[in-house]
Amino acid sequence: MRITSTLNYGGSCTTPAVPHTPALDIVGLRFRYPTSTEDVLDDITVQVQPGDRVALVGPNGAGKSTLLHVILGMETHYQGSVSIYGHDACRCRHRVAVVPQRSTVDWQFPVTVRQVVMMGRYVHLGWFRRPGKGDIRAVEEALETMKICDLADRQVGELSGGQQQRVMLARTLAHDADLLLLDEPLNHVDITTQELIFHTLERLTARGKAVIVSTHDLGVLTVHFNRALFLDRRVIADGKVADVLTPETIARAYGFEFHQDYVPGGN
Amino acid sequence: MVLIELALEPLSYSFLLRGLVAGLLAAVACGVLSGFVVWRGMAFVGDALSHAILPGIVVAFFFGFSLFFGALGAGALAVLGIGALSGRGKLKEDTAIGIIFAGFFALGILLMSRITSYQDLSHVLFGNILGVAQQDLIGMAVVVGAVLLAIAASYKELLVTSFDPAHAVAIGLSPEVIRYILLLLLALTTVVAIQTVGVILVLALLVTPGAAASMISRKLHTILGLSILMATVATFVGFYGSYYGDLPSGPAIALTITGFFLLAYGWARITRRKGSAPAATERPESSIL
Repeated sequence: MRITSTLNYGGSCTTPAVPHTPALDIVGLRFRYPTSTEDVLDDITVQVQPGDRVALVGPNGAGKSTLLHVILGMETHYQGSVSIYGHDACRCRHRVAVVPQRSTVDWQFPVTVRQVVMMGRYVHLGWFRRPGKGDIRAVEEALETMKICDLADRQVGELSGGQQQRVMLARTLAHDADLLLLDEPLNHVDITTQELIFHTLERLTARGKAVIVSTHDLGVLTVHFNRALFLDRRVIADGKVADVLTPETIARAYGFEFHQDYVPGGN
Repeated sequence: MVLIELALEPLSYSFLLRGLVAGLLAAVACGVLSGFVVWRGMAFVGDALSHAILPGIVVAFFFGFSLFFGALGAGALAVLGIGALSGRGKLKEDTAIGIIFAGFFALGILLMSRITSYQDLSHVLFGNILGVAQQDLIGMAVVVGAVLLAIAASYKELLVTSFDPAHAVAIGLSPEVIRYILLLLLALTTVVAIQTVGVILVLALLVTPGAAASMISRKLHTILGLSILMATVATFVGFYGSYYGDLPSGPAIALTITGFFLLAYGWARITRRKGSAPAATERPESSIL
């Protein structure tokens, strides 16, 4: 039981961002699950600056979700350092928000869309405090931004996959975090929603927020991200999308042998 | 007029009135918890917990201290045992529950046969709404008040840990802690409900009202409200059935609620609402943490 993380729930943020620090600074991160004998993350060093829009790319089992969990403070037994705006991961819960993988959410649970979006405000409330006017306003704004006002009183389980993903993003908007982590948000999502998600992320990063999106859809990289981080337990490649999106990187990340013949136009 | 007289007649006896109040207290607490038990998939652990408190009751009976604390102690031990056996890299949770459940209940029965005669404690197994002592009632009222207060105070935390445990962890809230709190409330409520329905049938109050209500509504507070209502009405039926028909109160209450469930189920089928039973999809609860 993580007592420390329990004690951190709610209340006002007492750890303001350290000026001129990266949004996320990971140095020499190594992690393995207690039951495993193999490192899931092996010597990861990454910096993410405010305003970055990073795609986290890699095959299944590459450690994408694990990396996000470490950043969130869900996994605490790692080596190396992880700091968020100059503080240890999980020191300030207000600053990081997550859209988790669809499969970890109990969509059937009887909550309405509005209640789910309100969960983004819980971190500001903490124990025993009920949402106030400011919280309600933040929720309405988030619903409006994601164009789901008309769905506000529906049970989330009744919505389509795309609508549900909008609800989750609305929740992170209500959370008002500075570092957003989205774990495979594009699965089962319609094109309109996908565009809306990217449009919203672009607006957020333009305002200085940092966004990390894990995906295995290489098609969206070139248009929607300014940076790609290829991961397969280690960092395979990290840089501007145009620079790292090469057949060689893709081959290395996805673990198949690279042959010169595959390069378009190559001999 | 005759009906009102018939309804009021047993209430002029104070021990009968105590029984009714005790039953209603149990119904309200169970009704509220039932919604969470059903939607978080805790029916099995609820069943296990209600059986696991038996040895605690027998020991308390033998040594002459409060049955309530005996029951609570055994319940807490069972919860901790389940927690210790399950978890990452160990047994699956339902396996751990099964082991503890059977072990504790067997121990309870064994102790019962050695220490007391079955007769002395048969009301623990099957409930007896007409045998509530004055000081028990005060204790029950305090417990039910505490349970309701705890649910109201942690309502939003219950919502978020049920719906999205990953988000809960991300905001610094431990789903495990919330789960243990819920199990503790479940143990407390079970102890109260044993008085009216007994160890074996507590599950009827902890699962069926929530399931029936979920057939009618998909809004959590409506579900909780309907669930309380059904549990309460069933308790009235059990009480009067026990007084006028000489029926055992536990089975009368349990069967009435089962009847409500069948009606609600039929109604849901006829009006073709989307199946509201949460059983269809697997809960991700244990997979994330």
